[in-house]
Formats: sequence, C-alpha cells, structure tokens
Amino acid sequence: MTRLPQGLATTPLATPLTTPWWRHRRLLPWLVQGAVGLLVLVLVAFLLGNLVRNLTNAGLLLTWSWLHNPAGFEIAETTLPFNASMPYWRGLLAGLVNTLQVVVLGLIGATALGTATGMAAFSSNGLLRGLARLYVDLIRNIPLLLQLLFWYFVVFLALPNGAAAVQLPGLVLAKSGLYLGQPQLVNDVWQAPLRMSVEFASLLTGLVVYTGAFIAEVVRGGVAAVPQGQWEAARSLGLGQALTLRRIVVPQALRVIVPALNSQYISLAKGSSLAVACGYTDLYSVAETTLNQTGRAVEVVLILLASYLVIDLVISALMNGLNRLVQLRER
Amino acid sequence: MPLQRWLKAGWSLVGALTLSGSLAGCADGDGGRGSGVQSPKMAMIKARGSLICGTDGKLPGFGFLGSDGRYAGLDADTCRAVAAALLGPGDKVEFRDLNPSERFAALSSGEVDLLARNTTMTLSRDAAGGNGLSFAPTTFYDGQAVMVPAASGIRQLKDLAGKPICVPGGTTSELNLADRMREQGIPFTPLKFQTLDQVYAAYRSGRCAAVSTDRSQMAAQRSTFPKPEEHTLLPMVLSKEPLTPATVNADPAWADAVRWTLYGLMQAEEMGVTQANVEAKVVEAKANPRKAELRRFLGIDGDFGRQLGLPADFVVQAIRAVGNYGEIFERNVGQGSKLKLERGDNRLWTQGGLIYSPPFR
Repeated sequence: MTRLPQGLATTPLATPLTTPWWRHRRLLPWLVQGAVGLLVLVLVAFLLGNLVRNLTNAGLLLTWSWLHNPAGFEIAETTLPFNASMPYWRGLLAGLVNTLQVVVLGLIGATALGTATGMAAFSSNGLLRGLARLYVDLIRNIPLLLQLLFWYFVVFLALPNGAAAVQLPGLVLAKSGLYLGQPQLVNDVWQAPLRMSVEFASLLTGLVVYTGAFIAEVVRGGVAAVPQGQWEAARSLGLGQALTLRRIVVPQALRVIVPALNSQYISLAKGSSLAVACGYTDLYSVAETTLNQTGRAVEVVLILLASYLVIDLVISALMNGLNRLVQLRER
Repeated sequence: MPLQRWLKAGWSLVGALTLSGSLAGCADGDGGRGSGVQSPKMAMIKARGSLICGTDGKLPGFGFLGSDGRYAGLDADTCRAVAAALLGPGDKVEFRDLNPSERFAALSSGEVDLLARNTTMTLSRDAAGGNGLSFAPTTFYDGQAVMVPAASGIRQLKDLAGKPICVPGGTTSELNLADRMREQGIPFTPLKFQTLDQVYAAYRSGRCAAVSTDRSQMAAQRSTFPKPEEHTLLPMVLSKEPLTPATVNADPAWADAVRWTLYGLMQAEEMGVTQANVEAKVVEAKANPRKAELRRFLGIDGDFGRQLGLPADFVVQAIRAVGNYGEIFERNVGQGSKLKLERGDNRLWTQGGLIYSPPFR
C-alpha cells in the first residue's frame, strides 16, 4: 500500500517513500480530478441515457430530414430572401441573418453610446456628468424585456403615420417604419432608399441603450484606472486634452476595458433573442414557429443552442484577439 | 482516510443516480386500479386529487381568469366536466395558463393532464410522428377570419396587399394566412407576437392593417375593446378551425375517458338532460326500468363507467358540475355571454349542426 509506482517515486522533488499515498503531492490531484471527472461523466451519461430512452418511448428520436420540408410560414423582413415555399433550414438561416444584423449594429451602437457616456463622466461640465450618471443608473436597473416592450409599444407604436409623421432632416419616423435618406410621401406612404421597420428599430434601440449603460461603466472604470499622474505628466509635457486622451490615457485604459467589454458584447448577442417581444423575426422567433409546426422540440432547441454558442464564441475570439493587441508587451 | 470517505460517498451517489434512473423508467407501470383499465395518467390524477388543465387564461369565452379569481369559459368548463367525471364533485381542477408556443410541450412533458386551450385539431398535431397528441371530440367549430378597423375601407384579402397583418406566432392562423395569401399571389407582411395581448396591442396601436386568427377569438377580444363597433370581422373564412381538447397519445385509456365524458355532455343535450333536471332524470330513470337508454347513459344499468376506468355515474357528475353542451355554450360564448355568438355549426346534428355524439352503447 505504501509502495509507489517507480516513475512517481523517482521524479525530482518527489516526496520520500515513507509518505503515505494519500498525501502524495502528485498522485492526489490526479485521484481527485479523476473522481470528479468520473462523476461528471456518469452524470452526463445518465442524462443522455434518460433523454434517449424517453425520446425513444415517445417516438421522437432525433431526425433532421424535416429541415428540408417547406416551411409554410412567411417572415416579415429578411435580408436573405425567403418565402413560405422554401425549406425550414432556409427559414432558420434567414432568422440567423436577421439576428446577426441586429447584433452587429447593436454592438456598434452600444459601443459608441457607452464610450461617449463613459467619457462624459470625466467631463468638467456638471450637468453632463449628472446626465450620464442618471442614464446609467436608470437603464442598468430595469430588465431588458421591459425596456424592449417600452420602446416598441410606448415609443415607436405611438408614432403617427403618413403626413403627420415626425420629419427630421433626412429622416422620417412613422409607425410604418423609419425612413432614411431623402424620404418622399407618395400616396400617403413614405418611400426612402433606406427603411427600417419599427420592430427592428425598437429592438436595436433597446439593445443599444441597455448595453450602452453597462459599457459606459466599463469605460468609466477603465479610464479611472489610469493613474492621475499620467494625466498630469501629459499636461506638463504640454499635450492638449485630445492628444492626452488619444496617446496616453486610451491605450492604457483599453487594457482594462477590453476584457470587461467582451462580457457586455456577449450579453448583447444573447439579449437579442428577446426580439419576439417587439415583433421582430429573429432566429429565436423562427425557431419557435418551426418548433410548433414540426413538433421537433429537441432538434430545434439544439440548433438554437449551437447558433447562440457559435455567435458568442466568435465574439469572444475576436475580443481576445483585440485584447492581445492592446496588452502591454513586456520584454 | 478522507479520500476514501469521499470516494465512498461518490460511489453511493453514483449508485443512487443509477437506481433512481432505473426506478424512473419503471415507475409508471401501475394503472387505474380495480377497473382493469391501464392508465398511468388517471392513476396519477386520482392520487393527486386534482386535474391539471392547460388553458389560455386570457381569452374571454374560452379560458379567462376573471377578477373573482375563477376561470370561466368553454375550455374551463370542459376541464371541470372531465374533473367531475373522474374525481366527483368539488371543482377539482388546477388551471395552468399556456401560450400557443408552450402548450404542446406542456402537454407532452406531463405538466398538464389535459389541454383545453382553443387548439385546432390538425393531422400533424395528431400524428405520432408529429406532435403526438390524442384529440377528444371537437368542442367548438371555428374558422379563421380577418378583423380590420371599420373605417379602413378594407373589404377583402386583396385590399391587404403589401400591408402588415398581425398574427399570433406558432399557430395555425399564421400558416393559413400565409397559404391563402400565397394562393392568391398577394404579398403581405406578417407581424408575429408570442401572446395575444401583444397581437391586439399592436393591432390597436395601428401598426397592423388587420389581425387574423380564429373568428370566435377575435369576437371575444373585440368585446373587450372600448369601442367594439369600430372593428369589423370580414365575412370570408380562411380555414376550418375545429377547436378540440387534447391529451397525449401515450395513454389511450385516459384519452377515451376524456372523449366519452365530452360526448356525454353532447348526448345529454340531445336527450334533454340539463344541470337543473339531472337529479330528477336520475330519479325518473331509477323508477322506470323501461327507460333503458337513459338508465345506461346515467350509469344506473350497464358498466360504461367501469369500461372507461371512471365511476359508473361519470356523466351525471359532469352534468351536475357544468350542465350539458348547449348550456356550456350559451353560458360562455352564446346568448348568456358578452360574446353573443350564434350556435351556427355548433348546433346539434339534429338541428343541422356538427355536434354529434356516437351512441352510448
């Protein structure tokens, strides 16, 4: 019992042979990890076995052939062309493209808003500082779903239609949509080179405003982490405010900001699945309709899980790349 | 030795998991006792002492949680009838509000025993390779219609070309509308929402030119609008919507019990047995051995109840609880309600309708 395997016993720094095996510094971690690993494996095997057994009993073992059946439903707005005679996989893909669209625009918008608000916390203007604080505290503490319902039902659906629509230079806000470019009123219907549905606009606004508040805090924290001495040193060198920010503060702040930003970006991507609350047809919405029509609950949920996982992993990978770029390279 | 103790604990945990797994696999072998009818579901409901029924919860006339905390409606009364047939008097129903997307998963996972939630019977929902449901008799023959603001001037589907139409997502309404519009080559924009509240909120805010779903449902919703007369139900019918309670395929005995309880309500209307006169009918049938059909129906003779795994007087219990089919209809959606729907197709077959019970024999 006290004898140890040769390899373990002869390694440098190995404990003397007299040490009992349960106190061996190399064997013990292996045993503990092995036991935990085994436990996890047994648990996973049990859950999988349970799933397969019950699915077999219910006659619902995984099949994928239904993906090629015609979907039979329409999607309100798609970037990838889609109609009801196309198969389910194409519908899901169109939904995924819709999701990616709102996520990418959301990331850009939230970053811009968050950065501006975060920097406003350092403004010498008290009113601006106060407003930034108010925005962050208000938005951060209200659930995203409620905010989406608010933007859709209270703000965007309250817009007037036709000639009464809100007209700004190059932009018209109407109940039928947001029109960009040079909107023209033809037969009481607005026409413009670029149109955004109010559903998409509500979701995008909701995601940008919500995530922007969190990013503002990340940016504020990052900038605050740059020692005051760096500002003072820059000023004593005669650098202006803008140059100080660009050359001294931001490069140092980014090291703190980027890792925290990653989580916010991922949470925005996941939050986009609440689109159904404001009538926007994203991946989740298409998947839900598909699930209802086909009854293939497990398969559809697996597709959903895989899609959001991949989106988040891609965001993570990009942000990790960015992180490597901004990190201090020490020799 | 701490490690050994840990290992031991670990192994007993593994043992417990494996054991509970195998137990879960064979736990549902026992059925409705004493009747020879094997139904895990009925055994479970009896042991629990209440029926868990999935309804809409927000749809006036069908399943609606009133301000008095009581569920009212045709679907709710269907649940009460089945509960009374199986468990006797005392309103032993627990209601669960389900949205269209979660209703089938709730039923097939066993979260609810019975789904009475204005659900259209279709092939793919019934088939074992589809949703795998088992449908009871249709309790309401409905059709899909289109509702528009009266002032909009929209009179037919063509007028809706290029316009947004609100539909509840994941329903037959969504598919039927897509089918009809595609047939006629009319482009449109479907706006899908998860709950009916959102569908009607978007419609009433003017985001959609029309809303399209079951006619009865829209009539019910319209009755809650501040000015119902400002909205028109267009006369065309987009589809057949037989609204039908459902159970899971896996338990045929339970499906039979539900089916014949509901047929009992229809048969009772045909035979003139009402909530008010059911006691008198029982007395009358007991006293008169020549009323053979009534005696069998009310469980005085024969063993229909035992064959189904239900009490002998299951029909009497159901009628006592909610009345016959006609009474349920009039009280919830007909002249006795705010909806004031005509019986139409939902008249008895003897009066030219589609409500028809096979013989109790």
